[in-house]
Amino acid sequence: MTGLYTLFLKELLRFFKVSLQTILSPLVTTLLYLLIFSHVLETHVQVYPGVAYTAFLIPGLVMMAMLQNAFSNSSSSLIQSKMSGNIVFILLPPLAYWEFYVAYVAASVVRGVVVGAGVGLAGLWFASLPVAHPLWMLAFAVAGCAMLGAAGIVSALWAEDYDQMAAVQNFVVVPLTFLSGVFYSIHSLPPFWQAVSRYNPFFYLIDGFRYGFFGISDVPPGEGLLIVAVCFLALSLATLLLLKSGYKLRK
Amino acid sequence: MTPAIQVQSVHKRFRDVHALRGVDLAVEQGEFFALLGPNGAGKTTLISLLAGLSRATSGRLAVMGHDVVADYREARRALGVVPQELVYDAFFTVREMLRFQSGYFGLRRNDPWIDELLENLALTDKADAYVRNLSGGMKRRVLVAQALVHKPAVVVLDEPTAGVDVELRQSLWGFIKRLNREGHTIVLTTHYLEEAETLCSRIAMLKLGEVVALDTTANLLAGHATSQVALRLDPPRLPEALQSRLVGQEGEVFRLALRQCGELESVLAVLRENGVAVQDLEVAKPDLEDVFLELVK
Ligand SMILES: Nc1ncnc2c1ncn2[C@@H]1O[C@H](COP(=O)(O)OP(=O)(O)OP(=O)(O)O)[C@@H](O)[C@H]1O
Ligand SMILES: [Mg+2]
Repeated sequence: MTGLYTLFLKELLRFFKVSLQTILSPLVTTLLYLLIFSHVLETHVQVYPGVAYTAFLIPGLVMMAMLQNAFSNSSSSLIQSKMSGNIVFILLPPLAYWEFYVAYVAASVVRGVVVGAGVGLAGLWFASLPVAHPLWMLAFAVAGCAMLGAAGIVSALWAEDYDQMAAVQNFVVVPLTFLSGVFYSIHSLPPFWQAVSRYNPFFYLIDGFRYGFFGISDVPPGEGLLIVAVCFLALSLATLLLLKSGYKLRK
Repeated sequence: MTPAIQVQSVHKRFRDVHALRGVDLAVEQGEFFALLGPNGAGKTTLISLLAGLSRATSGRLAVMGHDVVADYREARRALGVVPQELVYDAFFTVREMLRFQSGYFGLRRNDPWIDELLENLALTDKADAYVRNLSGGMKRRVLVAQALVHKPAVVVLDEPTAGVDVELRQSLWGFIKRLNREGHTIVLTTHYLEEAETLCSRIAMLKLGEVVALDTTANLLAGHATSQVALRLDPPRLPEALQSRLVGQEGEVFRLALRQCGELESVLAVLRENGVAVQDLEVAKPDLEDVFLELVK
């Protein structure tokens, strides 16, 4: 257990040491979204009855920040280690493949939750938020960060340079987060796009997370969490199998 | 006694390179062993397979009797590797790296040994410096320290002295010799052949993925290379009986090959019988470089 715990600690320290870049900068970016969108759309859009647009927006932005940062934590750590060669420091010791998985995913969850909490707290300055179901909120937050932490591992295992890594981030993760209902409820979309959205697991994360605040959602939260859990388990299984096989790590 | 390292018919193929072609090798516990060979011979590849950084295409490897695939946890605990590449983690200081490395091996409170390592590798005053800010030779010594945090039974050093200055090279070898005396098995690769010659009791030479020589240093030196004797002769004429030994001539100086130094006596006898006087004589001992060049050519 000491090995696993040390790797987890190292991953935490890695992002805390550069917290300007890993915590503060995503916080500022997200708050800029909040500032601009809420200012422009506040008086024009009402998604849920009785919920101000800014209040509606905050949970979406929090979840978006959590997902992107959880992904970025495991993926950037792993790709940097691969590219610089210092991955040997964790390949030489007697660490099991599943310890790798747990340490990286857990650190991703911490980074995601820290950034998410920061965005959420700063958001209170823009609008007051109810918290209807804190446990649902927490469940979706942790599940989302863990899922993206695992996705980050898979992507960084696959990517052979920083360019390919950035491609996954920019062409898969960012579009999926933007197209998941951060800025709108999918009920405001045409039927075709509503149907498409239901194939995006991020949609269930954001919808369920929002339920934690307002007690209103597009999909019942239990159903959402089930879908998220299935996605998470499938992704974890893939990650564990890749790590076990030594895919692109132990050639 | 279980061998420290056992390599059995190991092949390693990369996409288009057959890097190891049936390597068989055993290193006994307590040995100081050299793995030599020209660039690209497969030394690093063999070390990577031992360390589990890479997987053999076929064959079997074991460290202290533990199979490196089936029993990888035990095998890795018994092994410390100093990689050839100068790798480091830009985020952390020397002490942080050594603590992490200890933790990965399951050691929680390892600071006394870490301090001793730093002391012996002349890194004490760099303990809290970021590894990225150290010189190349210092980074190499940090890698040595990292390989030793868990006091492994078997220490493998892939060119540990490349880029390390003369004085520190001496103190590094002094430290490694001490570890060897205390019972650690040492395997090293180096391109400084006199290092291997003075330190190692046994040597394996690899060439294009095959072991071309595996013997004690003494036997290799005796069996493969020849001593040479340079003789200034008066008159400058080499008797017929010695022509087969001739390897070179500059003016009055003839250089003759000797399988052993004992043969010098018969050479001198032949010269005396033929009325040739010896004005000057110099014997050159064979060194590992000659053996190396002969074996890899
Ligand atoms: N990851 C890899 N992919 C493809 N070929 C490789 C890989 N690693 C090593 N090789 C090839 O295997 C052969 C042996 O390389 P290796 O690094 O083991 O040599 P070496 O004996 O350590 O040489 P040096 O003295 O230069 O360090 C070389 O032909 C090398 O190009
Ligand atoms: Mg090498």
